[in-house]
Amino acid sequence: MASDEVDHRRRRILTGAATAVGGVGVAYVATPFILSMDPSLKAQAAGAPIDVDVSKLKVGQLMTVEWRGKPIWILRRNQEMFDRMNQLNELLRDPNSDELSQQPHYAKNAHRAIKPEIMVMEGICTHLGCAPTFRPEIGPADLGADWKGGFFCPCHGSRYDLSGRVYAGVPAPSNLKVPPYRFVTDSRIMIGVDPEHV
Amino acid sequence: MKRLLIIFSLLFAGIASTSYAAVKSYPLDKANIDPTDGESLRRGATLFANYCFNCHSVSLMRYSRIGRDLDYDEAQLESLLVFTGAKIGDLMENAMKKEDAKRWFGVVPPDLSVVSRSRGVDWLYTYLRSFYKDPSRPWGVNNAVFKDVAMPHVLWELQGLQHAQFEKVTDDEGVEQQVISKLIIAEPGEISSEQFDNSVRDIVNFLHYMGEPTKQKRLQLGGWVILYLAIFFVVVLLLKKEYWKDVKKTD
Amino acid sequence: MMRDWFILGKEWVETRFPAKEFWDDHLVKYYAPRNLNFWYFFGSLAMLVLVMQIVTGIFLTMNYKPTASTAFASVEYIMRDVNWGWLIRYMHSTGASFFFVVIYLHMFRAFLYGSYRKPRELLWLFGMALFVLLMAEAFMGYLLPWGQMSFWGAQVIISLFGAIPVIGNDIALWIRGDFVIADATLNRFFAFHVIAFPLVIIGMVMFHLIALHRVGSNNPDGIEIKANKNEKGIPKDGIPFHPYFTLKDMLGVIVFLMIFSVVVFYFPEMGGWFLEKDNFIPADPLKTPEHITPLWYFTPFYAILRAVPDKFLGVMLMGASIAVLFVVPWLDRSPVKSIRYRGLYYKIALALFVISFIALGYLGTVAATPTATVFSRICSFIYFAFFVFMPIYTRLDKTKAPPDRVT
Repeated sequence: MASDEVDHRRRRILTGAATAVGGVGVAYVATPFILSMDPSLKAQAAGAPIDVDVSKLKVGQLMTVEWRGKPIWILRRNQEMFDRMNQLNELLRDPNSDELSQQPHYAKNAHRAIKPEIMVMEGICTHLGCAPTFRPEIGPADLGADWKGGFFCPCHGSRYDLSGRVYAGVPAPSNLKVPPYRFVTDSRIMIGVDPEHV
Repeated sequence: MKRLLIIFSLLFAGIASTSYAAVKSYPLDKANIDPTDGESLRRGATLFANYCFNCHSVSLMRYSRIGRDLDYDEAQLESLLVFTGAKIGDLMENAMKKEDAKRWFGVVPPDLSVVSRSRGVDWLYTYLRSFYKDPSRPWGVNNAVFKDVAMPHVLWELQGLQHAQFEKVTDDEGVEQQVISKLIIAEPGEISSEQFDNSVRDIVNFLHYMGEPTKQKRLQLGGWVILYLAIFFVVVLLLKKEYWKDVKKTD
Repeated sequence: MMRDWFILGKEWVETRFPAKEFWDDHLVKYYAPRNLNFWYFFGSLAMLVLVMQIVTGIFLTMNYKPTASTAFASVEYIMRDVNWGWLIRYMHSTGASFFFVVIYLHMFRAFLYGSYRKPRELLWLFGMALFVLLMAEAFMGYLLPWGQMSFWGAQVIISLFGAIPVIGNDIALWIRGDFVIADATLNRFFAFHVIAFPLVIIGMVMFHLIALHRVGSNNPDGIEIKANKNEKGIPKDGIPFHPYFTLKDMLGVIVFLMIFSVVVFYFPEMGGWFLEKDNFIPADPLKTPEHITPLWYFTPFYAILRAVPDKFLGVMLMGASIAVLFVVPWLDRSPVKSIRYRGLYYKIALALFVISFIALGYLGTVAATPTATVFSRICSFIYFAFFVFMPIYTRLDKTKAPPDRVT
C-alpha cells in the first residue's frame, strides 16, 4: 500500500503530542463533574456555624443543639464535678486527650474546653455512632457504685465521663469529639468556627 | 436549477408573511444594561430591596451569593437585604404570606428569580417605566406593556405619574383597536426622567444578574475552551495527515 | 521486566476474552471506503452526543428532584448552588438540540447516497427505531424541568392519544397516571427518561453497529467496495477503520465540540430555540401560555399535525410522516444508489423535500393563522409526495452508470 518511507519517529512524536494535549483536555473536562459532587452552596449554608445562647444553662444541665446534622451537647459544670473527674484518670483510655483528632488544640487540656465550666462535644458514640444517654447521677444501680456521673451508651455499653473522655475496656475507641467553637461573648457560643486568636 | 430557486423563494416569501398577524404589541425600549458594572448592580440591589422585595420573593437565590458576587460583606448584606430574621446562607423568601397577597392583589406577586429569562430585560425595562393613570383600576394605574396588571406603581414617587394618549389603529384582520401612542408625565416625581431611566436600568441589571448569577463566569470560560480546542485540532490534524499519507490514489 | 508482565497479562486476558479478536474485526481489520466525506462524520458524532447526554444526565440526576413541587426549583438549584451545575445543565440542554442536528444530517446522508438500499435495509430500520426512541426520550426529558412549556407541551401531545377512537382516553389516562399531567406523570417520565429509554437506546445502537459491520459502510459513490477485493481478500477501495477513520473522526469530534462550546458558553438559550422563555415560568395548570410550541426539532411534525382540520386524522398523518420513513428502502427503485449518478427528478424531489421540511419546521413555531395553515398544507403535500411518488420518479429518472472503483 504505502511507500516504504513511513516516518515512524514522526508518528510516535505526533501521537505522543496528541495524547498529551488530549489528556489535558480530559482532565479539564472531568474536573467540573468531580467537583460538582462537593457540598453545594445549600449544604455549605446548612453546615454554617450556629449561634448558641448559654446564659440560661444551669449547672449540671445538658442542652442539645444541631450542627451539620449532628447533635452537639453543651454542659455546664462546676468544681465539684471536676473533683469527681480527677479521680477517674486510671480508668480512662485517653485521659490526657492524646488522640489529637478528637479535639481542636485549644481543647487539649484537663477540662477539654476553652472555659472549664462550659463543655462542648458531639453527642455521638465513637464506637458505632449511637447517641449516648446523659447519666449525671452518682452510683445508680445499673452502672455501679463507682459511677461518678457521665454518659452511657446503651447500644454496646461504652462509658464516658463528664468531659466526654472514654473509659478503658469499653467498645468505643476514643473520647467524644469536640467540634470547633468559640465564645462570642461570655454567654454566647458559636459552634463551627475556631476562636479568632489561637 | 433556476426553477428550484424560484419555487424556493416563492415558498419562503409566502411563509415569512404569515408571521405578522393581529395587533402589534407595545414597542419595547432597549434596556442597555452593563452586567459588568458593579456599581449599577449594587444600586439595583438597593432599589430592589426597598421597592420590590416586600412583595416579590426571589426564592431560588441565596443572600450569601449576592454578597459574594456583588462584593458586600456580611454586615452590609444583612442591613441591606435580610429583613425577616433569615440567615445569610438562606434562600430569599419574603415576608408576605400567599393568602394575604391574594387578598390584596388578586394574585400572588410572582417570584422574580428567573423573571429576566422569561420576560427579557427589554420587557422589564419598558414595563417598569410604562405605568399610567387609570381610575378604573384598583390601584389607579394600568400598564402599557402588561394590560390590567395587578401590580401598583411602586416607583411612582421616583417617576411621577404618567397618562396615556390613545389612537385608533386598524390591524391586519380589519379590526379597529385603541392602542397607546405615547405616555406623558402628568405629575413629575422626585427625580428627572433620565435619572429614573437609569434607576430602572439598575434594577433590571440586578434582576438580570439574579436570573443567572453564573453568567459572567461562563462567558469568561468560553474563550479558553475554544482556544484549547483549536490547539488540539491543529495537533490532531498533523497526526491525521501523517497517517493519511499512507492512503494514496492507487490500484 | 515490566514488559514481560504486560505481555503475560495480555495473554491471560486473551485466553479468556476475545479482546484482540474484537480489536481486529471491528477496528484494524474492519475496512471502510477510502472516499468517505463530510457527511460521514455524523454517525460517530451521534455516539459522542449520546455519551455526553448520559454522563451529564447522570450528574444532573444527582441533584434533580422529580416531584411537581420541587422540580423547577431543583433545576435552578443545579444552576446556582451546585458547583459547576450550570455547565452540566447547559451541556445537557444544548446536547439535546445538537443530537437532533446531528441525527437529521446523519439521516440526510442516507438520502444523498442511498445508504438505506440493499443490503442495508435492516441498518436503516434500526436507525429509524433509534430516531423514534430519541424523539420519545427528548419529549419525556422536556417535561422534567416542569416549566410552563414543559407542562403544556406534554398536555397537548398526550391528549393527542385521546384522539384514538374507542380506547384513546383510557390510553391517555394510563400514560399520565392521572386526569391531567401531574406529579405521577412527572415521576414516571423521569423513570423512563433516565433508565428505561437510555437502556433501550444503547441496545439499539449496538444492533445498529452490528448490522453496519456485517455489510460494511456505503460511500458517496454508492458502489459496493466488497465487489472489488485484492488477492488478500481486502476490498481494494477499503482502508482500515483504525487508525485512518479513528483519527479523521477525532477531527470531526473536535470541530463539533468547538461549535458545541460556542453555544454552551455564549448562546445556551439560542434566542429561545434551545431553552424556551416560557419554560422559565413554573408550570401552572390553571394558566395556558399564549403559544404552545414544541422544541424546534419537533416542529416539522407538529406543523403536519396542525395542517389537518380533524384531530384524529391529524394524529394519523403526523404518525404517517414518520412511518413512511421506515419503508424508504422499498420505495426507492433507482438502479443507482448515489445522487451523483441519479437524474434531475430525484435531485429536484430531494431539494423540494428539504425545503418543505425546513418550511414545516418554521410553520410549526408560528400561530396557526389561515395563511400559515395553507402553507402548512402545501408543504405537507410536498413532504408526502417525495415518498409517495418515489417508486415512480426514481424508476423514470435518467441515471448515469456508477464507476467500478470509488472516486
